[in-house]
Amino acid sequence: MLSIKNLQVKLEEEDKEILKGVDLEIEAGKVHAIMGPNGSGKSTLSYVLSGKDGYEVTDGEATLEGEDILDMEPEERAAAGLFLAFQYPVEIPGVGNMTFLRTAVNAQRKARGEEEMSAADFLKAVRARAKELKIDADMLKRPVNVGFSGGEKKRNEILQMAMLEPKMCILDETDSGLDVDAMKLVAEGVNALRSEGRGFLVITHYQRLLDHIKPDVVHIMANGRIVKSGGPELALEVENNGYGDILAEVA
Amino acid sequence: MAEAATEISPTEARLASLSMPAGGWSEAARKDAAARVRAMGLPQRRDEYWRYTRPDTLTQANAIPAALFHNDETPIFGDIDRVKIVFVDGVFDADASDDLRLEGVSIERLAETKADIHWARDLYGKLEAKGQDPVHRPLAALNTAYATDGVLIHVTGKATKPISLQYHHRAETSDAILHHVIRVDAGAEVTVLENGPAAARFNKVMEVDIADTGVFHHVRAQGRDHERRAATHIFARLGKESTFKSFTLTANGVMTRNECVLELTGDDAIAHVAGACVGDGDFHHDDTVFVTHDAVNCESRQVFKKVLRNGATGVFQGKILVQPGAQKTDGYQISQSLLLDDDSQFLAKPELEIYADDVACSHGSTSGAIDETALFYLRSRGVPEGQATDLLTLAFLAEAVDEIEDETLREEIVARLAAWLERHRS
Repeated sequence: MLSIKNLQVKLEEEDKEILKGVDLEIEAGKVHAIMGPNGSGKSTLSYVLSGKDGYEVTDGEATLEGEDILDMEPEERAAAGLFLAFQYPVEIPGVGNMTFLRTAVNAQRKARGEEEMSAADFLKAVRARAKELKIDADMLKRPVNVGFSGGEKKRNEILQMAMLEPKMCILDETDSGLDVDAMKLVAEGVNALRSEGRGFLVITHYQRLLDHIKPDVVHIMANGRIVKSGGPELALEVENNGYGDILAEVA
Repeated sequence: MAEAATEISPTEARLASLSMPAGGWSEAARKDAAARVRAMGLPQRRDEYWRYTRPDTLTQANAIPAALFHNDETPIFGDIDRVKIVFVDGVFDADASDDLRLEGVSIERLAETKADIHWARDLYGKLEAKGQDPVHRPLAALNTAYATDGVLIHVTGKATKPISLQYHHRAETSDAILHHVIRVDAGAEVTVLENGPAAARFNKVMEVDIADTGVFHHVRAQGRDHERRAATHIFARLGKESTFKSFTLTANGVMTRNECVLELTGDDAIAHVAGACVGDGDFHHDDTVFVTHDAVNCESRQVFKKVLRNGATGVFQGKILVQPGAQKTDGYQISQSLLLDDDSQFLAKPELEIYADDVACSHGSTSGAIDETALFYLRSRGVPEGQATDLLTLAFLAEAVDEIEDETLREEIVARLAAWLERHRS
């Protein structure tokens, strides 16, 4: 599904290397988790994959179902099936949440040469999915993320993911700023989307999200590289002993 | 030709190009206005309120020709049930206009009202004359003196349909001067719509006198022909518990100066004036607003948003004057521009002058670019850059557009803005 080979990235504005050769293979139907200390490059990886400005790829490649995504515009990557759930979802005053969702869904369909969704079908689909995520009608009407609580913002990300039906979902610290109940709700939303054809990359600091979204593979990232990979037990090891032991072991 | 050697002033040169309609009830007011123009002189660049907008093309003797707009966009408000009054290059077109009869309203043409006793006699040029103090507005006085036509609207009840003034532009060199007078009686209510490019050069004055508890809504769309030039003035007086709400959309136009002069003379009156404009290239748009609070517990709002690209210029000069004794005034003013590139500019001069001690007045003015974070967020969801930029631009304009109360009218305006943005994507 998503294949990353020797990805090296520096900041565009300064000579600072952030990713120093990342290798990662995420198969369809699998959930991979990346954990790592602050500044290890986890969020940068998610931004580079989704096409945010400000980074320069100096070497390596990233492909989605064999297609090179690094040369694509962000909207082309989205249409190709990539989705990033933001760590800090952006507030957009003046743009209604429904308008936003419908524009996005239809823009992707158009880009893929599919028929646009009718207003009625869209409304039906949104309502059903919003209900599962306990997103009320008022939240759908309000401007995108404006006045939303931390939990509401993250649920809104998952709603977008549910509506856009991406092939490859990247969740960037989706647990940050969530209480236990909100985290459970978000995790349920993600789990409902797990399917054979879909890959997940869950970026997190803490093991607790992984109690709810059970990963198949856990990677530890440090200093711009993936330094260790293993099963779910690796996350527990981090939870119990911190990163220190692992980093010392690979150093 | 003894005078040939004498250099005449620009004001005299302009006045010499005009002829005053003679006779009738408006004659005295016209002569007074002509005297006002001569005393003030037409605007010049050194005048304080013309620093950001060059007045020369508006004041010179003849209009600069303006090419006609061609695309298949139908004129706005076409689907609205209304009383349509059509002017072609500033000349009333009876065939294209609707029957002017409307319950609760009397509509007459300025050019055809010869009767010596006329209700508008007490109003014509009066609000304009009052609006010359403390800031001179000579183009409005010129209009009062030389207007060739216009409508006189007396609203005595609740008008059942909007009155729609449509200004067509057919001759490339047309130079039109229209003067409308509107009186809204106590408890009466009317909506006035205006649209169309009007002429190569358009000078228009609208005087609106709103009696106690009267309600006046105004939605205007200035668009189409890019080369057109316009100087427009609205002068309104608001009685007790009356309402004035005006919104203007401006798209295209090398030179537009819209002045709005409002005086709240009765307690508990509400005045809102708003504008949204989108300009490209040599577009120049100037909103000059002067709101005077002269009564207790009144509310005024000024909301102006400008989207500028490819070197376009936007100007905002807005003032709130709170007179002694106008306590409990609630005055709000915001002017903002969205600059889509480094070449465009926004010049703003917000002013507050307050002589009462128990008032709440606020004003703000900003210039900014598209929010890159929001743009990336939209694009990451699959919305192409151009469409995402349009969405954010419409969102920026929303605060001004939302000042339009009527949903149908608001949607028409949004649709025009969206179409304009789509046509002008880079």
